[in-house]
Amino acid sequence: MALIQDHTADQPAGGLMPSGSAYHDQVVARQRRGRAWAVIFQAAMLAGIVALCALLLNILNQSFGYVAIVNNIDPGELADNGVPLDKLPKDELVDILEANISAGLMRRYEHDMPFAQRSRENVHELILERVVEPQVQATWGLFDSIFTRGSVFAEAEERFAGSEVYFRSWLTTSFISKSQSSEPLRAGVRTAIFGSLWVVAITILFSFPIGVGAAIYLEEYARKERLLNRLIQTNINNLAGVPSIIYGMLGLAIFVRILEFFTSGAFLGIGDQSTANGRTIISAGLTLGLLILPLIIINGQEAIRAVPSSLRQAGFGLGATHWQVIWHHVLPSAMPGILTGTILAVSRAIGETAPLVVVGASTFIALDPSGPFSKFTVLPIQIYQWTSRPQDEFRNLAAAAILVLLILLLSLNASAVLLRNRFDHSRATA
Amino acid sequence: MTGPAPIAPATISAESVRGPGAGAEIEGGTVLRGGPKIDLRRKPRVAESLIKGFLFLCGAISILTTLGIVFVLGRESLLFFASEEMNLFKFFGGTEWQPAIGRFGIWPLVTATLMASAIAMAVALPVGLCVAICLSEYATHRTRSILKPILEILAGIPTVVYGYFALTFMTPMLRGILGRDVVEIYNTASAGIVIGILVIPLVSSMSEDALSAVPSSLRQASYGLGATRLETAVRIVLPAALSGVAAAFIVAISRAIGETMIVAIAAGAGPNFTFSPFRAAETMTGHIVRISGGDLSYDSIDYNSIFAIGLLLFLLTLSLNVLSQWIVRRFREEYE
Repeated sequence: MALIQDHTADQPAGGLMPSGSAYHDQVVARQRRGRAWAVIFQAAMLAGIVALCALLLNILNQSFGYVAIVNNIDPGELADNGVPLDKLPKDELVDILEANISAGLMRRYEHDMPFAQRSRENVHELILERVVEPQVQATWGLFDSIFTRGSVFAEAEERFAGSEVYFRSWLTTSFISKSQSSEPLRAGVRTAIFGSLWVVAITILFSFPIGVGAAIYLEEYARKERLLNRLIQTNINNLAGVPSIIYGMLGLAIFVRILEFFTSGAFLGIGDQSTANGRTIISAGLTLGLLILPLIIINGQEAIRAVPSSLRQAGFGLGATHWQVIWHHVLPSAMPGILTGTILAVSRAIGETAPLVVVGASTFIALDPSGPFSKFTVLPIQIYQWTSRPQDEFRNLAAAAILVLLILLLSLNASAVLLRNRFDHSRATA
Repeated sequence: MTGPAPIAPATISAESVRGPGAGAEIEGGTVLRGGPKIDLRRKPRVAESLIKGFLFLCGAISILTTLGIVFVLGRESLLFFASEEMNLFKFFGGTEWQPAIGRFGIWPLVTATLMASAIAMAVALPVGLCVAICLSEYATHRTRSILKPILEILAGIPTVVYGYFALTFMTPMLRGILGRDVVEIYNTASAGIVIGILVIPLVSSMSEDALSAVPSSLRQASYGLGATRLETAVRIVLPAALSGVAAAFIVAISRAIGETMIVAIAAGAGPNFTFSPFRAAETMTGHIVRISGGDLSYDSIDYNSIFAIGLLLFLLTLSLNVLSQWIVRRFREEYE
């Protein structure tokens, strides 16, 4: 009724409905309003898509582009008889290195690893690092590099005379295979990738069994009318809404401080003695495990609830015990749903940054983590640190690391979607 | 919680299993005709009880987590407020947060948090609601199947990436539009806008669930009375789903208040009591991250102070979440 009265309020008296041309005008106006709002709704939709595109393009823009580089010594001068540096055999490279760096440094390299054992690439690398010493002067984004190529070169010529300008992809195979370095041109994310994998492995080992166990308890065993079980359920729903940084503080106080004896590895005597405190991979993994536990439980419950009860009753009818029914019938048919939820929760854990900063990720490690009791850094932490540096070239590194992270997450999510689709399909045909 | 209660094996007694003529009953068991002796009575199954106990412990870990959070935040906060230079009045009355000179007034951090959240909500609530209406009332099945994954992708991007986006895209854009002397390099406005983008998928998916749950008979009745699509959506479906939409809004606010990496990267480092969204300011979460990211000695007042902030943050978000659950329970429209 309210609908009709609204529209007749401004109509002349003489009936509930307007008549004649007034009726026609009113319908036209209402339809026009409807069309206008439909456009607004679609514009909102478009705004979301535009935001996503802007985000992705911005990252691509920063990951590739021209860089202006000034070398301490031009590699052309090091070339021997017209043979460029990267074509020279190893012996000549060693000679060049010896001629250009101090004897003490040379001895240190020999001590680290005898030159006889080093590969040609390794020596070439040392020359670039110690002799050529390329320094990034300026970087440009992908779009500038494509659309205003001329002005990029003009600007480089004007501001950094003698610099070498070339197109650089910040995301390269060596970016993935090299470890952290303070030199942007040689920095990589290898340590961070290994750190992420270690942390996530611990997270899964901790939260998957416990999460699925809790989901089974709540769905199969818990009597809903008991206060304790209702409390657990409400509590899980609330935990899912706690900000991640609070979990970080929990991890800092419990795993890093109170359980330091265990999380530092001291109880096994294998901890890294130089950093014998609790800021280790295992603390980080357990913290993230607590963080994603509510997500795994809630998803697991949904998957278990979706198993038809006829399956259970058939099992009981054949005389199976409660656990036999769960283990042999309920869990196998709920497993695709549980796994999908777990993958989504794990991809959340991989992208989580704030709790790990609080737990105490290391700011700089160049060594691969050796086990659950070593110091750690992870991909998002690496991105955060590079983003917080003022120099442009570190922003480029951060963009490249973001690409690595997004590719990792995208493949995880794609596998979750595939799993879900296959499961839906097989259930539909069954 | 609505799953059908399974028939517990414990309730299957020997009585119900034994059919007529099953055999003669002797002490402690049943002998089938010509077969071996079978005991059909309930057995104490130790392994089953152990498994059940273990599963209960798994569920109880969530309670332990909550207790742990409350214990840790409460204990360190008590230490903070127990120190001689601090009290609750200074904490909630001060407009200066300068740990170096012992000033711990929470307001600069709170105003920055509220400002960033308000900007985020100004972006996310209208856009999110429009997207939800579009998805639930306007879009065809095919458009939905394209658009929903896009929103899921937006929701799955790590927040540190959004922080990077705020610093390298949103801030230069704001500075380009409004002028470099108006907008500082680090500002709450760009952080707030990007938090808004971050929570759009949350608002739209929760609201869309609520809108889709409205029975279609209501829509059909509305169309039958001659209402347009817009009138049906806004005057019939939306009011019917209002509790769910309100809950989505409140969860979004709670999420925005607890959001950390975006503000840590883009909003600035240094508590600043300001009401201008274009100036640098540090939120509660941003401050916690910055302080704990440095070298922090345990049992210092700095260390305890971040737990006091954390406790406030926890209580704030928890009460918002509880409020949203209460709204859903209290105001849900039930349809036959």
